[in-house]
Amino acid sequence: MSVTASPPVPPESSQAPSRRLRLGPSLRAAEIDMRLLGMLGALGLIWVGFHFWSGGTFLTPRNLWNLSVQTATVAIMATGMVLIIVSRNIDLSVGSVLGAVGMAMAMLQREILPDWIGYNHWAMWIIALAAGLLLGALIGGLHGFIIAYVGVPSFIVTLGGYLVWRGVAWWQASGQTIAPMDTTFQLLGGGSRGNIGGLWSWVVGGVACLAIVFMAVNGRRQRTKFGLRLRPLGMDVGLAALSCGVVLGAVGYLNLYYLPERVAAERGGGDIPFGLANPVLILIGVTLVMTFIATRLRFGRYVFAIGGNPEAAELGGIKTRWVIMKTFILMGILVAIAAAVQTARLNAAVSGLGQSAELYVIAAAVIGGTSFAGGVGTVSGAVLGALVMQSLQSGMVLVGVEAPIQDVAAGVVLVFAVALDTIFKRRPK
Amino acid sequence: MTMTAEASRGVPLVDMRDIHVAFGGVHAVDGVSLDLYPGEVVGLVGGNGAGKTTLIKTLSGAHKADSGEIYINGEKATIETPRDAKKYAIETIYQTLALAENIDAPSNMFLGREVLSRWKTLDDRAMEQAARQVMGRLNPQFQNLLTPVKSLSGGQRQSVAIARAVHFNARILIMDEPTAALGPAETAQVHDLINQLKTEGIGIFLISHDIHGVFDLADRISVMLQGKLVGTVDKDDVTKDEVLAMIIIGKLPGTATRAELQELH
Repeated sequence: MSVTASPPVPPESSQAPSRRLRLGPSLRAAEIDMRLLGMLGALGLIWVGFHFWSGGTFLTPRNLWNLSVQTATVAIMATGMVLIIVSRNIDLSVGSVLGAVGMAMAMLQREILPDWIGYNHWAMWIIALAAGLLLGALIGGLHGFIIAYVGVPSFIVTLGGYLVWRGVAWWQASGQTIAPMDTTFQLLGGGSRGNIGGLWSWVVGGVACLAIVFMAVNGRRQRTKFGLRLRPLGMDVGLAALSCGVVLGAVGYLNLYYLPERVAAERGGGDIPFGLANPVLILIGVTLVMTFIATRLRFGRYVFAIGGNPEAAELGGIKTRWVIMKTFILMGILVAIAAAVQTARLNAAVSGLGQSAELYVIAAAVIGGTSFAGGVGTVSGAVLGALVMQSLQSGMVLVGVEAPIQDVAAGVVLVFAVALDTIFKRRPK
Repeated sequence: MTMTAEASRGVPLVDMRDIHVAFGGVHAVDGVSLDLYPGEVVGLVGGNGAGKTTLIKTLSGAHKADSGEIYINGEKATIETPRDAKKYAIETIYQTLALAENIDAPSNMFLGREVLSRWKTLDDRAMEQAARQVMGRLNPQFQNLLTPVKSLSGGQRQSVAIARAVHFNARILIMDEPTAALGPAETAQVHDLINQLKTEGIGIFLISHDIHGVFDLADRISVMLQGKLVGTVDKDDVTKDEVLAMIIIGKLPGTATRAELQELH
């Protein structure tokens, strides 16, 4: 027996879908994220603007290659910050934790492990990295435990962590700079050896293209199978071609950045491309894994549900405290990865390592569309947000803007970006 | 068809005995006992702050009782979390609906009980198909399942909350003000649904302010006032005025004076 056969249907529920069909078929058919377009537009504006302002040095392969490496640490952490903010929390401690974990990994390599296995042991980098990841997870877990189970607001816990871990970073080496790192460990940070060269970069680009094509084809097949409306074929083909073009174009352009002559000479001389730097590969891996966690796993679904309605999540039988604690453990691990990249890149650990990184990480997540009201945000958006923030910063460094003024600009852009978004959202759709 | 609270009906589906809940020094629920039989609707009525919702939360696992016992099918049950309640096939439709606004209808329906693929990933297709099936029964006009719940109408959101309870084969259904946010047509729809579920042998606690609705649907009516149970009466033995008297002045039928009854109007 059908329950709803007899009573008349309320007008609103029956007409809503058809009205939507009539209103904007072309816009809906495109299904292109307006926010993504806006961010890409802003990025283009920043890049072109700085290119002219710097007299043609911003859009060079060398600068963009550096930009890709510099973006990595902030972007890696931003992917975790998305989940933290989505679940209505905040982590102000990531910069300090980066400092403390980075310093710990440096101390292991310079002061502690050499007593046992000597310098430049083959396992040195593995032990240091593993210890760093474990330490990051423990620190994150401690934060998460106090937040979720003791019930202290995350703002307070991580504000305390901000102070504590900065102090710990200093205390481990009494403020000294610890350098250099293990030679294999250094590869995590990029540099003239820490990259995969031109050929493998093309391979990575090619694989990415195949993935794009596969996703486009698979998406159409699924939509057909489930009777959903298809985008025009031309648009799907165009989008896939455009994405592939961007990927391959980026690889090709970055491959125009060649090793310095002296280094190249050791490898037979000539123009040898750097290729994608290891930090960028790590970032790509982190982005894929975090996107998978956020969208395909139960844990990710729970994080979003908690952000949307904590009470509903609790009533649904979700162990919300444990989920929250896990987001902080994950954040700690990502900070440790970023710390490894950062110390490897600098080939040193200083007590100020990662200072004010938390601000750039939070800004990246927010510019990338993560809402402080909770429940909304994407990993890929945060990575793009990190690229916007980093482009802004390195652009200003390039044209010689003084550091305090850089902060002014970064702050203004952050507020401006979120204000635009708020106004845009408030308008009736 | 009417059912009465005869002892001959055997083991009650739910038997709550002497439940106490206190917030600080306030006795929100003060020694209340209730029972519910298969295929029966028990209306739980009372003014604001009478303790209806708090009482029922001890059954749905949203709030732990300070003391008292709950028997499900005659066996002592321990219900401390919503998960526990679901193990006993107790489903609750909360007044607030308890939906996560930012995710879609199937995700809400399966929240906490997701269908997983072989690789432990979310099987969104399976959840969507199951949602479409249930929704075809509850609200066939509701097609756009994959938009976030916040953009749905009141009736659609209500159907998501009900679908969640129905899909998981509840034997005991708690409905807290299920029609408070609905228009007349949608209310009629929910009433039809309640009658249908009843015939399937599901026991329903119906919490409501709407005494007319309760009279239409309930077999028995339990009245609470200031955390205490005033009494449980067979719907066919009382008038609306008598129930009103129980709600407002806490007097059982036959014990209120004419003057007191007069004041109610």
